[in-house]
Amino acid sequence: MSHSRRTFLSRSLAMGCSLAASPVLTPVSIASAPFENRLIVVILRGGMDGLGVVQPWGDPDFAALRAGSGMREIGQRNGPLPLNDFYAMHRALAPLMPLWRRGEVGFVNAVSTPYRNKRSHFDGQDLLEAGLEDTREGIRDGWLNRMLQVVPGISAETAYTIGPSGMLLTKGAAEVSEWSPQAVLAMTPQARRLMEHVMHDDPLFRDTLAEAMALSDIGEGAQMMRAGGMDGAPDDMLSGMAAVRQGAQLAKDNAGAVHVAKFAAERLRGEARIAAFSINGWDTHARQDSTLRGPLAQLAEMIVTLRDDLGPVWARTGVIAMTEFGRTVRINGTGGTDHGTGGTLVFAGGALRGGQVHGAWPGLDEVALFERRDLMPTSDVRAQAAWIMRGLFGLSRDVLENAVFPGLDMGADAGVVR
Amino acid sequence: MSYTSERAEIRFGCGLMSKQSLAPDAGAFLGRLTSADTVAARYPIERFDVFQTRIAQERQSTRMARDMGSERASKAAARARRDLRKEAQTDAMRWMGHTLLRRATTADGFRERLTAFWADHFTVIGKGGLLRYGAMPYVEQAIRPHVAGSLGDMLRAVATAPMMLIYLDQDRSAGPNSARARSGRGGVNENLAREMLELHTVGLGAGYDQNDVIELAHLLAGLSVSVEEGFVFRRNATEPGAETVLGVSYGADGPGRLEDVMAALDDLARHPATAEHLARKLAVHFVGDNPAPGLVAAMASAYREGQGDLMAVYAAMLDHPAAWEGPGNVKRPVDFVGSALRALRVDRLPLRQSAKFDMLLHQPLMLMGQPWDRPEGPDGWPEADDDWITPQRLAGRLQWALNVPPVLLNRLPDPREFVRDVLAPGVPEELLFAARAAETRAEGIAVILSSPAFQRM
Repeated sequence: MSHSRRTFLSRSLAMGCSLAASPVLTPVSIASAPFENRLIVVILRGGMDGLGVVQPWGDPDFAALRAGSGMREIGQRNGPLPLNDFYAMHRALAPLMPLWRRGEVGFVNAVSTPYRNKRSHFDGQDLLEAGLEDTREGIRDGWLNRMLQVVPGISAETAYTIGPSGMLLTKGAAEVSEWSPQAVLAMTPQARRLMEHVMHDDPLFRDTLAEAMALSDIGEGAQMMRAGGMDGAPDDMLSGMAAVRQGAQLAKDNAGAVHVAKFAAERLRGEARIAAFSINGWDTHARQDSTLRGPLAQLAEMIVTLRDDLGPVWARTGVIAMTEFGRTVRINGTGGTDHGTGGTLVFAGGALRGGQVHGAWPGLDEVALFERRDLMPTSDVRAQAAWIMRGLFGLSRDVLENAVFPGLDMGADAGVVR
Repeated sequence: MSYTSERAEIRFGCGLMSKQSLAPDAGAFLGRLTSADTVAARYPIERFDVFQTRIAQERQSTRMARDMGSERASKAAARARRDLRKEAQTDAMRWMGHTLLRRATTADGFRERLTAFWADHFTVIGKGGLLRYGAMPYVEQAIRPHVAGSLGDMLRAVATAPMMLIYLDQDRSAGPNSARARSGRGGVNENLAREMLELHTVGLGAGYDQNDVIELAHLLAGLSVSVEEGFVFRRNATEPGAETVLGVSYGADGPGRLEDVMAALDDLARHPATAEHLARKLAVHFVGDNPAPGLVAAMASAYREGQGDLMAVYAAMLDHPAAWEGPGNVKRPVDFVGSALRALRVDRLPLRQSAKFDMLLHQPLMLMGQPWDRPEGPDGWPEADDDWITPQRLAGRLQWALNVPPVLLNRLPDPREFVRDVLAPGVPEELLFAARAAETRAEGIAVILSSPAFQRM
């Protein structure tokens, strides 16, 4: 942690009476960089069913594969929203419709990592975040971190990660600090002073405590504490279960994508340039259409919140949401889908060319499928990410194909960046 | 500096508690390891061979449903699987509680620390299904009985442990010229072989190359797992002929044999580079992020002389003056929580109330950066102090120290006595002051538990 960052933080240190921390599902990592555009990478964990999200009703085989499975059809009440002659979007993404019309939301279809045949979330996510061809040589860092490593002048000053265990995506030699905007710990001014007192002679503890205090004063939890939003005087809250319960409740309230998006937007309006976090819950093995609703609503809320809170910066922002693999094209015995191969990348932001579905459509005819069961990938999701970084940050193809995604052939530009 | 009873418990054990019996010298401290493992009997954790029967049961119910073919049978099987999952989840929570209670109540804290160290050295992560809950049974069977034995024995136990074989994909590996591969059922997987060289034995700097990795992978082919029996050696997956690893040839013409694998494991365990690698790793873990070269050299030499006899290495560590110097490592979250429970003399945890257990222990450990049994990869948890003391992780520790002790105890101890009972002699003056100045018992206890004097070993 560099000295100047400490100075910045201690300057901004206000006397609140809370300390935010977080139990947590959603890590956010944030880094600053010497460029003006912003990139937000969202990992959709569990394997998002692209066909259920951007539904190809124009494909002659789609209805036979999916209709009648409890999925609402086009034209039905609460059915999907038509995007064009070919595609319709799951109803839970309705809040994104105005952005789609303005060209600020789009999709890339039939993308995948090089991961084939094994279909484990565990390995699939590792490969997606490592950005490698395979894991034979072991995984040492994530591709977003490698990108930070090659950009000259990346400062560690404002780079930090949010979340309890971080993400492989941002792990590596470039410094990305961590923070989670959830859960609050009440502390009386006296306890805070005593903590500072006993940590004073141990620089590691002293400096980290100062940062924690400064960061916690930024978060919503701190505002809530200052506004007296929590019951009882701090003293009472310390007496046992009540405090733990309140902490856990607050953590739950704050765990949503909106909260994470607000926090990320706040950082990105300032010095930060890159943020990363996850949305879980995509593993829809049963009741596909309704199970997708929750995570899709989170995704939509997250994007809308980013747009609202980023203000003018939204025009210089690209958001990409990627998943470890798509799902089987057929519905399984429990009205859901199983782990597949080709999937969908969701993107948003004023810097990207939305209002369209990119990617070559491979078709759903049985012979066109991967192993007769999955959507056949027509592009590497790493190539999509690489072209987006090339467009947003001007990174050279050589750097992207060798340092960030070693061994990748980016192919032709998909034209996602404006 | 040299051995002191209190520092021994803090740095190499699970911390201090009031009225605990102290070991007068290093010999007595080490000698505890040779007596019966009473705390494990008091707080039992299932061994993996017993745990294995759950997996076999799960497989059996699925198979029966398939054979019967009816919808009713498949529903019954799904129910049985769910019950097994649920039961394993409940049991795993109890085992986690028992692991912490062992730390909190044991008379031999070094054994708990060593078990955690070697479990981390030979990290496994349960890959799904019931295996999610199998890591503690693996440690109980393959690690704990060997912490005062030899590395060779531990390596043999680990290399035949189903959890490790599955975690590092060895169970599906077959030599390229094996009967299995020739009939089109899979090929070689190098994962375990690579990690065995890089992480478990000689270490990255030892000068082995990709060829050694491949040869070792060919040699290990055959180590596998059956749902019914656990570890099995599949002759039809072995690579015919001899393999050469680090210049030594193992096996002969014909299918591979388990003895050849074991011979290679013994050689790896006794390799001079392994001595160097493990001596350093132990010193970093117990003493500090940058241990004195002399300390590491003394431990490595004891390792070589004893051919991997671990007691000799521990003795060399405790005998070296450098082992007693420095501010000490920051406790990992599990060390912190375990030693805090011990300091508070907590001997019961809400093992039957999963929501409460989760809130008091499971979630906080996640917050502190050490989600239980979920390290990120086969290299286990990080060692460096500043990996653990980040703003949010420190906040997690403070949150726990403030909120959890009052829930676990009806009446908290007096901070003024507590501060002397649970820290080594020579408590910093500002901490004595803080213990007196706190407004409430809870705050006083929290400030003591959060202080660097308690957070470091």
